[in-house]
Amino acid sequence: MPSTPQGTSQGTSQGASPSAALVRAPLPERVATERGARRSDVDGWGRSEAARAFARGLYDPFYRHWLRVEWDGLERVPTTGGALLVANHSGAVPSDALVIMHGIETQLRRAVYGMADDFFRAVPVVGTLWSRLGGVVAHPDNAYRLLHDEQQLAVAFPEGTKATGKRYAERYRLRRFGRGGFVEIAMRAGVPVVPIAVIGGEEAMPLVTKLPAPGPLARLPYIPITANMLVFGPLGIVLPFPAKFQLRVLEPVHFDVDPGQERYSKSRVMEEAEAIRASMQATIYDMLRDRRSVWFG
Amino acid sequence: MGRRVLVTGLGSFWGGRVAQALEADPTVDVIIGLGTDGPTVPLERTEFVPADHSYSILSRIVKATRVDTVLHTFLVVDSTRASGQQLHEQNVIGTMNLLAAAGAPGSSVRHVVVKSSTLVYGSSSRDPTWYGEDTPRAAPVRTRIERSLLEAESYVHDFATDNPHVAVTLMRFANVVGTDIVTPITKALRLPLVPCIFGFDPQLQFVEEDDVVRSIEFVMREGAGGVFNVAGDGRLPWTEVASICDKRLAPMPPIATRLATAPLALLGVELPPELLDLLRFGRGVDNSRLKAEGFAYRYSSAGAVENFARAERLQRSVGPLGTYRYEHDVEQFFRHSPSVVRESEVDIR
Repeated sequence: MPSTPQGTSQGTSQGASPSAALVRAPLPERVATERGARRSDVDGWGRSEAARAFARGLYDPFYRHWLRVEWDGLERVPTTGGALLVANHSGAVPSDALVIMHGIETQLRRAVYGMADDFFRAVPVVGTLWSRLGGVVAHPDNAYRLLHDEQQLAVAFPEGTKATGKRYAERYRLRRFGRGGFVEIAMRAGVPVVPIAVIGGEEAMPLVTKLPAPGPLARLPYIPITANMLVFGPLGIVLPFPAKFQLRVLEPVHFDVDPGQERYSKSRVMEEAEAIRASMQATIYDMLRDRRSVWFG
Repeated sequence: MGRRVLVTGLGSFWGGRVAQALEADPTVDVIIGLGTDGPTVPLERTEFVPADHSYSILSRIVKATRVDTVLHTFLVVDSTRASGQQLHEQNVIGTMNLLAAAGAPGSSVRHVVVKSSTLVYGSSSRDPTWYGEDTPRAAPVRTRIERSLLEAESYVHDFATDNPHVAVTLMRFANVVGTDIVTPITKALRLPLVPCIFGFDPQLQFVEEDDVVRSIEFVMREGAGGVFNVAGDGRLPWTEVASICDKRLAPMPPIATRLATAPLALLGVELPPELLDLLRFGRGVDNSRLKAEGFAYRYSSAGAVENFARAERLQRSVGPLGTYRYEHDVEQFFRHSPSVVRESEVDIR
C-alpha cells in the first residue's frame, strides 16, 4: 500500500508566503488557553505511554527469563503504516497478547494496541489498567480507526474465546476464525494482515476444567481452572508454567481490493480468512516439529 | 429578505444564548423565542412568546410569523432538571408538536435544527472508543433521559423522510462545560472532593459552550442537513479533568454505587444514572463529519475543561457575577414604545 506518513495532512499554512502569514488576523485570545491543558499522556484510546513503559519495565525480566521469548521474522512486521497482526490464542488465561505487545514495542519501538473482548472493561481497576496498557474493545469502528485513520499496529485474536476454552488434548488446533471480520476490516482500511504463529502458550497454562461464572461475573465466559493454578495457587492466575514461548511472523498478506468500501464479497473474505488460518496452522505444526522440549525449545 | 427564525426554549440556557448570537447576525430579520419562562439573558430584538411545555400553540405561531428556520434547543438533556413525566412532555411531545407545525401543509419552514445529545449512544463497556453518527449504540437503553431523546430523534428522522424539501439537522452534543453553564458534571467539579467510581478512570469528551452556539449558527448559515456529533477533539480521563480543576477525587464503591451517591443529593449534586454510567465507561464520539463541513472548533476537550477551570478561579476571587432578570414591562417598553428611537426601523417603516 502507498506509504502515507502520519500527520502530513496537517499544517494548513504550508503553502502561504511568509508575508501572508503576517497579515492573518490574530487568533482569538481564548485559543491560547489550549496550551498545556493536558496533564497526562493518556491518548484517546486510553493508552498511556508512561504506564506502558512502567509495565514494560516490570514485565521484561519475566519475558526474558521465565518465558524466554524467541522471535523469528520480526522484521516482517511493518515499521511504518497500519497493520493488523493476528495470532493464535492459546492458554486459558492468555499471555500471548502481552508477549506480542511487549516484543514489538521493545524491539521495533512501535505502539501496539491489543483488541480484546469488552469483558475486562467492566471490571474495576483491571479495566482501567487494561485500557492504559493499550487494550481496546474489539469493535469494527475501533479497528478501522486505529488501522486506517491513525495507521497504527493492532493485534487481534480471530479465534476469540473459542480458543482459550480449549481442552489440553485439543492444543494447537486452531478454531474457526470468527466470521472473517478481521479480513474485512483490513481490506476496508487498506492495510496488510500480518499472521503470527505462537507456541508455548498451550503448555504454560493447560486448562484442567471450566467452572460456570457466578452471578456478578456473569459476563465472563467461564472461570478457568488451570494446572499452573493448582500448582502455584492464586498466583497461578498471572503466573504460567515456564514453557518457552516461540513466535514466528509470517509474510504479510496484502489484499488486492479497493479500500474504503462499505462491503466486500463474503466469499472472498472467508476465502482469505481461511487461507490465513491454514498457513498459521501449517506454521504451528512446523514449529512443533522442530521443538525438542516444551521447556527449552 | 433576511431569515426568520424561531427558537424554542428561550428561557433555557441554550435558547437564550442562541438568540443572543442570532441578534448579532444582520442576515437574520426576525427572531421569535418560545419559552415557558422569560429569557435569562438580555436580548435586544428577540420577541418572546410564552408557551407551555408541549408547544400546543406552535402551529399558530409558525403560520402567523412565516418563519423559515426552526432552532429546537429545548430538548432536556439533564435528567435532574425534570421528572419523568416532564421529560416525556417536553422532549417527546414537544418535538412532535414542533415538527407537526413545521411540516403542516403550506408551511414556510425550510430548515429545522434539533439540539440533541450524545447521551443517545449510551455508555457501556461494549462501546467503541469513538461513536460515529451512524454507529448503532452497543448497549440497550436503560435510562429515561436516553429513551426520551431517542424517541424525539426518531420523530426527527421521520420528519426528514416525510419532508425532503426541508433541511433537517440533528446535532448531538457531548458534555458541555464552560464559564456559565451548570450541569451535573460542573456541579460535581465544583465540590471540594470530586466523586469518581473506585477502579474506573473513564475517558470523557467535552465541548465548550461557545462552540455549541457557534456550531448551531454554523449549520444554520450553511444549511447543512444530516446528523452531526459536536464534541471537542480528544478525550481525557476523569482523573485528569479533576486535576485540571485542581480538585482531589473521592472514590465511590463500584457496587451499589447509586446507594452510595444518593446522599450527595443533599449537597445539591445529584448523580443521575446516566452520569454514573459515564463515570464508569466514559464516551467518545467522532467529530470529523462536522469538521468536514467546514466547522472549526475553538476548544479541544482539554481546552474546554481548562476554560471552565479558569472561570472557576475567577469566581473564587470575585464571587458570582450578577445575573439578568427578565422584566416583561421593561422589555415591552424598549421594543414597542414610540419614544424609543430605533435605527433599524428607519428602512422598515
